[in-house]
Amino acid sequence: MSDPRPLSPHLQIYRWQLTSVMSILHRASGIALAVGAILLVSWIGAASDGAESYAAFQHFMGSWFGLLLLFGWSVALFYHLCNGVRHLWWDTGRGLELKSVYASGYAVLAATAALTVVAWVAGLSGGSH
Amino acid sequence: MSDARLRSPLGRAIGLGSAKEGVQHWWAQRLTAIVLVPLVLWLVIEVIQLAGADRSALVAWLHNPMSAVLLIVLLVAIFYHIALGLQVVIEDYVHDEAWKLTALIAMRALCVLFVLRGVLAVLKLALGA
Repeated sequence: MSDPRPLSPHLQIYRWQLTSVMSILHRASGIALAVGAILLVSWIGAASDGAESYAAFQHFMGSWFGLLLLFGWSVALFYHLCNGVRHLWWDTGRGLELKSVYASGYAVLAATAALTVVAWVAGLSGGSH
Repeated sequence: MSDARLRSPLGRAIGLGSAKEGVQHWWAQRLTAIVLVPLVLWLVIEVIQLAGADRSALVAWLHNPMSAVLLIVLLVAIFYHIALGLQVVIEDYVHDEAWKLTALIAMRALCVLFVLRGVLAVLKLALGA
């Protein structure tokens, strides 16, 4: 790290763009989902431990903090899912022109919002909480 | 790369170049991503249907062998995908060799612990009375 040669410009010198922000968000949502996967394991784990553990888990998830966690988790999940499909599409060598990259970027944001709304409307109308 | 024109004489002399293991990581990340697209959508639908229901509904769900198998596949794929993703994050930001190695080992150990906890819970619920 003591190499005196000049470094490339640091991140803060660049203007924010949809492409870079979505790239950063893909990594950030991935990290969030990695932590959130603990929630998934806790859910099944609590059920396997017995009715009392499961009730305690449900009580926590039904609290405002639990619902906030779940909401953040769902947004991160749908974003990472949609943008991940976008990445897989890129991996086939398609959709890499600037216009397509922006179009698919806006499509991912719209799909994330739509899936989040649909999931929460379905979850809140069907559930008994 | 076998193309000698792409490598400098110095690079050849000191044996630098491809680490010859990047493709495995790249491929496994894509494979788990492809598997997780339908599985995650399936899980979201199942979780919405179980929202607010008591433990017996979850037990009944996992008594279906297909649900249990799909959930186990999902858990393994998700934690494999997490381990691959977090590995890149750690390699990007932790530059000290000792800390990097420690973080990588700890991260993988946690992934193994959580996936085993999850799979064992699914099996217990699926096979339990």
